[in-house]
Amino acid sequence: MATSTYNLIASQVVGAGGVSSVTFSSVPQSYTDLLLKVSGRMNTSGGEYIQLSFNGVTTNLNGLNLYGYTTNASSYRDSSVIGLGIFNGTSSQPNTFGIADVYIPNYTSSNYKSVSVDMINENNSSSTNSAYQYLTAGLWSAGSAITSITLTAQTTSILQNSTFYLYGIKNS
Amino acid sequence: MADVIEVNCETGEVTTRPQTDEEIAAAKAAAAQAEADAKAKADADAAIAKAKASAQAKLTALGLTADEVAALVG
Repeated sequence: MATSTYNLIASQVVGAGGVSSVTFSSVPQSYTDLLLKVSGRMNTSGGEYIQLSFNGVTTNLNGLNLYGYTTNASSYRDSSVIGLGIFNGTSSQPNTFGIADVYIPNYTSSNYKSVSVDMINENNSSSTNSAYQYLTAGLWSAGSAITSITLTAQTTSILQNSTFYLYGIKNS
Repeated sequence: MADVIEVNCETGEVTTRPQTDEEIAAAKAAAAQAEADAKAKADADAAIAKAKASAQAKLTALGLTADEVAALVG
């Protein structure tokens, strides 16, 4: 029976002042899949995307997004980005962060790279529309193995104490 | 504009530097496209809602009850 592995490759906690982006470079090619866990808060009142890109390339990206909150559910397509959902902003309750799991299977293959994103934005409140969930089917239409991953604030910056953990998952 | 962080997964080295002009331009372009996509979606939703309201009004004018209109148009 094959033994699976689930190892932390690298992590980063954002310091004072925030950052525009976080890049994991020289990603080891020895795993089968990658899992990225993100906890983020954005430097804009209403919150905004953290966008995902690979190998320093910001083209051939798209995302099909399904989101819902108390009174509405909807979907739309991003034609040029893979967004991880709208993360909490400065108008959210203090110390609240959006949370996303990003799964990237077969990241070393020569096929196009699919990405699954499961994200929530919660505001420490039980009132209507104080939380929502966001699901994204992302695609990078490129045959290159993924060697670096960049997470970029849509327009502003990612605030202090946001965290990024990159895990490698191996079949055997 | 805030700095960018690069974490080298092989060495563990963490580098912090200012964004390059190219990175700023790419981020702005991506953000603009994302906003355009969201606006296109909102416009499409608004057009559907407008057509639905129009259909409901016309059905009501034809004599259908509110329940009948709801059964047809939702």
